[in-house]
Amino acid sequence: MYNKTIAELAEGLRSRQFSSRELTLAYLERISQHQALNAFITATEDLALKQADAADAKLAAGDAEPLTGIPIAHKDIFCTDGIRTSCGSKMLDNFIAPYDATVVAKLQKAGAVMLGKLNMDEFAMGSSNETSFYGPVKNPWDLNAVPGGSSGGSAAAVAARLAAGVTGTDTGGSIRQPAGFCGITGLKPTYGRVSRYGMIAYASSLDQGGPMTRTAEDAAILLQSMAGFDEKDSTSVDRPVPDYRAGLTQPLDGLKIGLPKEFFGEGLSSEVASAIEAGLAEYRKLGAETVEVSMPNLKLAIPAYYVIAPAECSANLSRFDGVRFGYRCEAPADLTDLYTRSRGEGFGREVKRRILMGTYALSAGYYDAYYIKAQKIRRLISDDFKNALSSVDVLMGPVAPSVAFGIGEKIGNPIEMYLSDIYTIAVNLAGLPAMSIPAGFASDKPVGLQIIGNYFAEDRLLNVAHQYQLATQWHQLTPPGFE
Amino acid sequence: MEWETVIGLEIHTQLATKSKIFSGAATAYGAEPNTQACAVDLGLPGVLPVLNQEAVNMAVKFGLAIEAEIAPYSVFARKNYFYPDLPKGYQISQFELPIVGNGHLDIEVDGVTKRIGITRAHLEEDAGKSLHEDFHGLTGIDLNRAGTPLLEIVSEPDMRSAKEAVAYMRKLHELVRYLGICDGNMQEGSFRCDANVSVRPKGQKEFGTRAELKNINSFKFVEKAINYEVERQIDLIEAGGTVVQETRLYDAAKDLTRSMRSKEEANDYRYFPDPDLLPVYISEAFKAEVLTTMPELPDAKKQRFKDQFGLDDESTTILTSSRETADYFEALLAASGCEARLCANWVTGELSAALNKAGQEIADSPVSYDRLAGLLKRIADNTISGKIAKQVFEAMWQSEAEADEIIEKQGLKQITDTGAIEAIIDKIIADNPGQVEQYRSGKDKVFGFFVGQVMKAMQGKANPEEVNRMLKDKLHG
Repeated sequence: MYNKTIAELAEGLRSRQFSSRELTLAYLERISQHQALNAFITATEDLALKQADAADAKLAAGDAEPLTGIPIAHKDIFCTDGIRTSCGSKMLDNFIAPYDATVVAKLQKAGAVMLGKLNMDEFAMGSSNETSFYGPVKNPWDLNAVPGGSSGGSAAAVAARLAAGVTGTDTGGSIRQPAGFCGITGLKPTYGRVSRYGMIAYASSLDQGGPMTRTAEDAAILLQSMAGFDEKDSTSVDRPVPDYRAGLTQPLDGLKIGLPKEFFGEGLSSEVASAIEAGLAEYRKLGAETVEVSMPNLKLAIPAYYVIAPAECSANLSRFDGVRFGYRCEAPADLTDLYTRSRGEGFGREVKRRILMGTYALSAGYYDAYYIKAQKIRRLISDDFKNALSSVDVLMGPVAPSVAFGIGEKIGNPIEMYLSDIYTIAVNLAGLPAMSIPAGFASDKPVGLQIIGNYFAEDRLLNVAHQYQLATQWHQLTPPGFE
Repeated sequence: MEWETVIGLEIHTQLATKSKIFSGAATAYGAEPNTQACAVDLGLPGVLPVLNQEAVNMAVKFGLAIEAEIAPYSVFARKNYFYPDLPKGYQISQFELPIVGNGHLDIEVDGVTKRIGITRAHLEEDAGKSLHEDFHGLTGIDLNRAGTPLLEIVSEPDMRSAKEAVAYMRKLHELVRYLGICDGNMQEGSFRCDANVSVRPKGQKEFGTRAELKNINSFKFVEKAINYEVERQIDLIEAGGTVVQETRLYDAAKDLTRSMRSKEEANDYRYFPDPDLLPVYISEAFKAEVLTTMPELPDAKKQRFKDQFGLDDESTTILTSSRETADYFEALLAASGCEARLCANWVTGELSAALNKAGQEIADSPVSYDRLAGLLKRIADNTISGKIAKQVFEAMWQSEAEADEIIEKQGLKQITDTGAIEAIIDKIIADNPGQVEQYRSGKDKVFGFFVGQVMKAMQGKANPEEVNRMLKDKLHG
């Protein structure tokens, strides 16, 4: 059962081949079997079975919603009513959210069963899942390698068949890079497509939640229930949600694919480059045409991102002060001691590093040189994408310069770690939608192909990904030991 | 040396919206601690602010009233600092692009009108309250006030005396209440003032170093605090010292200001645009729409009362001192159909005195405008005299009875029956031959004595005009 896609599972549930309880039990068993992966921070067995029983009753009554009975899991950045929402941090290890994030509520309304909360880099700051207070997640394809991050637990869970589909969030590549590293399908929607309400903020102007699944079709099914305007999020966009599944079947004849030359230059490993090249060749076979495009400001994306994101996070994380919720230090001597020790002991190194960088960038005398400059670069990068997308339908390239690296390999070198997001970060700065789909292997580890589309062109991206998946098998492969 | 005082005021007005500026929680004052703070006000992880449109409407209304530039595009910014009653660790405010730009307000001091510039007015959220008493050495936090909308109104340093500062503050207080955007309640902190005060030798162009006086929450204290501070600064300079830029707190009990923090200790607030909120766009059409909801403003109303009703400066000032008073007056005028002067006299006289004595606002007056109109009609048609009317008013204040009922029940109707009056006059003339003699020999003053005697005999109910006429006839006999 657990090897089936969401589309197949929904079919199986409706035709009563198995019940949601059976399916949920099967996943719960796998979660407990594969605890060594460390993909889950919290498994919610009792709640899952309760929801599964309710789903079975609905299925029996014949009034099932699109996701009724489908077991999924949430990145632990989404608030879940009555359940610990840790954000991968000691700071929130004791935090029981008193409300549901909009994404959680929407998926629940669509009938999904929640299996638990997934491991992640602390406050979504990291590219390897090694900054989590709950320890690193292992990559199911190589237990010595990282799953990528920050949605590392999400990607590993889907790859290891611990959930039918999951949610993730992407601020600089946090859905796409782990999806690529773990050989699954990940979609970062257009900024504003999915509500951020209840999704613990890292960098508010960049954060976007999205689905992580086995296939593009499954991503379409999950996104259908996640997307839409939310009056509780002023930055969500009031625009109709198209029928994502309906557009999947469109053939790709005449599709124009732009290849930003900056995505294929120095820094890209040759084995990843050849896997990507093979993927592009497949697209040409499907009737697409590829052209080189140039985006001269892309090289500025990482420095701009590492001003904007830390600046926003330095304010976003101020609420974690030990006063109202979360970690509080033992026996504070006075107010300053309460603040400094609660934050000093509650946050990990990477989080503190980014808070300090952001605080510095916003300080009097530095604001113009850093924050304002970074915003100007952000505009230039958006313009680069606008230009490129004016002559092509989608852009393609690698998700990351290499395949999954070893646990411990880059954690001591932040700059090198930051560079693993070099192809994903610019997309967040521009607010565009993008996907990562499995496109082969290098050194026995998955390679992700990135597809970038125009604003609100999720339907087109899903179509382009789905057609590829109809013609290839990469997305069907299960990591050895997880069959 | 002769010194000149320079004052600028920053006034925080709490906007009278029903819900908070970025959440749906209620803004009502005085609830149990933390019962009016929702997830957004508590700054829980993952929550997001959503702007209350009503706060924008009110800010625009204020901007239009002071003839200010309304920004077509304004931006909310985060002001970062740590304090236990600031749940998010930042306050959402406006910094570089406030919603209201340059405007002005005219004040009058000692009969001279002066224009005070208003630099800007911006929207922001209020913080909660730290409660330091009753917690045995600990501090309690009440977040009911967190997220209450504020409009911070910043003046130019255009005031030259404490008196001008108070006049400006009063004028602004009157305006925001007229506009219905602030209840003006200073005890509850709905209208709070910080003052920037400096001195310079008369004739010098450059400003002196200023001190910021924090949270002076009454008109009286503003005047006292500024006067104290001015004297302190002059004494300091004349003794060879220099004023340092700092924030000072006014201690009302001791009537002095003391240093709170110096410029060096000031926070770097690290303002930057709040990415959770979209910029606010104000169109010409929107401004026009707000304009249609604009009430007549105090200055215009005062002028109209003079022109339309021929009332003097003193009574128009009182009548337009609040929108409620002006509304009461105009409603009374319409309901009674009496002369404006009569209505004005009653509102500024008997009614005001009674309200003051009872400590009540005109909006809650026990004698409503239509009941008072019932009384004034009886004065106008000579059913009762002005003097009796005061007696009737008192009875109305104590009960819910209409004027006519009281007049009827207490038998206060004026006697216009000339026969009855004539009989009394005849008797009084007969009983007081000495006074009659005096009057007839040219002592006009004695006339008053006769009027008094007649009125006394008739318990004040005789029509005074009739008494006068008949007395004159008889005495001249």
